[in-house]
Amino acid sequence: MAKFIKFTIDGEECMAQEGKYVVDAARENGIYIPTLCNVQGIKPKGACRICSVKINGRLMTACTTPVTDGMIIENDHADIQELRKSIIELLFVEGNHLCPSCEKSGSCELQALAYRFEMMVPRFPYFFPLREIDASHPKIIKDHNRCILCKRCIRVIKDKDGKNIFAFRDRGHHTGIYIDPELADNLTDELADKAADICPVGAILKRESGFKTPIGNRKYDQEPIGADVEKINPSNGRKKS
Amino acid sequence: MKSAIHKITKTYHNDKTRLMDMLIEVQSEFGYIPNEAIDEIAVATKISRADVEQTRSFYHFFSTQYTGKFAIYLNTSVSSFMRGRNDVARTLEKEVGCHFNSVSKDGLIGLFDTSCIGMSDQEPAAIINGKIFPNLTPFRAKELVRDIRAGKTLEELVVEGYGDGQNSSEEIKAVVNNNIRKIGPVLDMNYKPGHAIKEKLKQYTPDQIIAEVKASNIRGRGGAGFPTGMKWELCRKAEGKQKYIFCNADEGEPGTFKDRVILTQRPKLLLEGMVIAAYAVGATEGILYIRHEYKYLKNYLENLIQGAHERNLLGKNIAGIKGFNFDIRIQYGAGAYVCGEESALIESAEGKRGEPRDRPPFPVEKGYLDQPTIVNNVETFCAVVKILLNGGEWYKSFGTDDSTGTKVLSISGDCKFPGVYEVEWGFSVNDICEMVGADDVQAVQVGGPSGSLVDPGDFDRILSYGDLSTGGSLMIFNAGRDILEEVVLNFTDFFIEESCGSCSTCRVMPVLLRNKLKKILDARGIKQDLKDMEEWGKVLKASRCGLGQTAANPILTSLKNFRYLYHKKIQMGTDFDTGFDLKAAVIDASEAVGRMPEA
Repeated sequence: MAKFIKFTIDGEECMAQEGKYVVDAARENGIYIPTLCNVQGIKPKGACRICSVKINGRLMTACTTPVTDGMIIENDHADIQELRKSIIELLFVEGNHLCPSCEKSGSCELQALAYRFEMMVPRFPYFFPLREIDASHPKIIKDHNRCILCKRCIRVIKDKDGKNIFAFRDRGHHTGIYIDPELADNLTDELADKAADICPVGAILKRESGFKTPIGNRKYDQEPIGADVEKINPSNGRKKS
Repeated sequence: MKSAIHKITKTYHNDKTRLMDMLIEVQSEFGYIPNEAIDEIAVATKISRADVEQTRSFYHFFSTQYTGKFAIYLNTSVSSFMRGRNDVARTLEKEVGCHFNSVSKDGLIGLFDTSCIGMSDQEPAAIINGKIFPNLTPFRAKELVRDIRAGKTLEELVVEGYGDGQNSSEEIKAVVNNNIRKIGPVLDMNYKPGHAIKEKLKQYTPDQIIAEVKASNIRGRGGAGFPTGMKWELCRKAEGKQKYIFCNADEGEPGTFKDRVILTQRPKLLLEGMVIAAYAVGATEGILYIRHEYKYLKNYLENLIQGAHERNLLGKNIAGIKGFNFDIRIQYGAGAYVCGEESALIESAEGKRGEPRDRPPFPVEKGYLDQPTIVNNVETFCAVVKILLNGGEWYKSFGTDDSTGTKVLSISGDCKFPGVYEVEWGFSVNDICEMVGADDVQAVQVGGPSGSLVDPGDFDRILSYGDLSTGGSLMIFNAGRDILEEVVLNFTDFFIEESCGSCSTCRVMPVLLRNKLKKILDARGIKQDLKDMEEWGKVLKASRCGLGQTAANPILTSLKNFRYLYHKKIQMGTDFDTGFDLKAAVIDASEAVGRMPEA
């Protein structure tokens, strides 16, 4: 039988099944820890670092750390929130994110987080990198300008034999996504949809199927990112901002 | 080509976890990794092309372009520049007739930059087709190119004679010098090789060995300083089908080279330490992970492992202990500093990109192939042998209270006697400067770029885990050096080059910091830039591994200890500077509209 354990987040007592990742355990208790690279149910990677929290005084990622009995987690602290905001800004300056012309606008998690963190102008200078739009595949378009290298596509999208279709290429600030040409040629519509869907930004687009939901009616046009989590626990309604 | 690649994949049983070895062999056979090879390997190992490509593209020494019949990799580390790298590089470019990171038209010679190759005491140094050519001068560079053109073989290029100690042995034949300047209890040759395995092991239970290691209080010598005994105990207690011992010989911290010297002069001590660890934790397989730059030691080390088998120091029922089976294989890297991080090292040994893992779980629970694994530094294994021979209490008699024993240091830079020194913990920076014959010292980099830049006011600080912690790299800079331009910028570039790119913070922030630093060096800096760098650098603390977390250290520690150098470079009278020349930036547009900017 699953063992339930107690821990605290910002002093608030919480309970969860032992072994759950901190971010999931927090969600069940109605506490939102912002994430970007994380996909519930998929092995986490800790790539974006936005879910950084202090666990027993140490900075760690909530998406990769299993919760343990008596854990003391700091989440909503000024310095941690500032760190997260900095990271969001880093991702904006690293690529070319032009929200008004992006198909994903309104369902984009990066954009939604920027709103939540009230980012106006990034404090860092833009890189304005020269990046390609790869339209060589039959089902998907990969816009490298918008890629934040969260590894979601790499971790989630596999072909029928479990092989990777997406992969990292190169390293450091040259890192990009490589698409297996042969496997991409044989991509099913279902997988292509899934790939576009799993991408938190507009870096993977399904061909011939843009703007199905009009701007204004999209996910984060309805309510801010994280609001669904905070609704679970009405006592957390205080963090509507 | 197809059959050659098949032969290679077959050597490694088409096992995808041996992808590194396959790619290393393809690279060395063809001088690059052709697309056809990637396809063939993907088919043979039953992984996607994308998976082969992601490993291939991660490592510096894997290239998709032909690297030339003679690929010259010239070191870009600080110590190389300090000893005249620029002149050597210019001469090479002139003589070869191509720029760096390209190949001569005839395909004969390729010129490439490469991060510190572990020769800081004999720079500038280059690797040519796996062989090391240290102490280069413009004259020597010219000579090398001339000899290559004349059709000489790699062997025939050597005119300076081989180095000291085993470097001259038939199996190594390297122009490298050990420069061992001070021997302490760990490097001391006055012991019987193999004795600890043959005689000591059977007197101890595994738990007793761990107790002895714990009693010595030895901490990991790679730099992180995790208590070795505790690591072994955790691994012993962990459950798994099989346990692994990894030796981390991927020393890549610029300025460190002591593991290279140990691999050359004390390899038996190292192997013996791995066997002891295997006995203590119950491991059956060991992997000696060595950086690609030390490929020239391959045959030598493989023969030693073979010899250990013949003397029953490795293999089955080692030293007559029934059921104690342990074997060691060598795994080479392919050029990636981050693989020195233990979980990245494991990933690399599994044939993947050297990206550090998220912890927990730690390698002692889930390491190589998800089995309990210990990863220890070369020096740690060596020390353990001496601890077993002489006792934990004996070892504790060296060093300080919080840092017992000795540390093998790699000392380079502006000093009379660069080389390897084994000293007790507790030496002050002053002691070290005196020991190596360094005068007029402006700064000492303790612990390599990820450590700290120490100023003379702090030279009474001591080497210890509680004060100046170090994996052993010490670089000395005299008063004539431009610390910001020559040292801090070089180190920051190093971190940018070596980031694995998987954390957003470490992928982006070092580039922003380098650009800021460049702005300051270009005399466009203002006071706010210094504050920005301090503030921005904090973001890196959210990175997954030590590389990312310390990537701002060159800038942050120099800002702290050498702020006056920054003040000399920034503009004091202004609060704003665009950081670029506005007139130059708009010149094209101005020309197009026929209106030149006002003077």
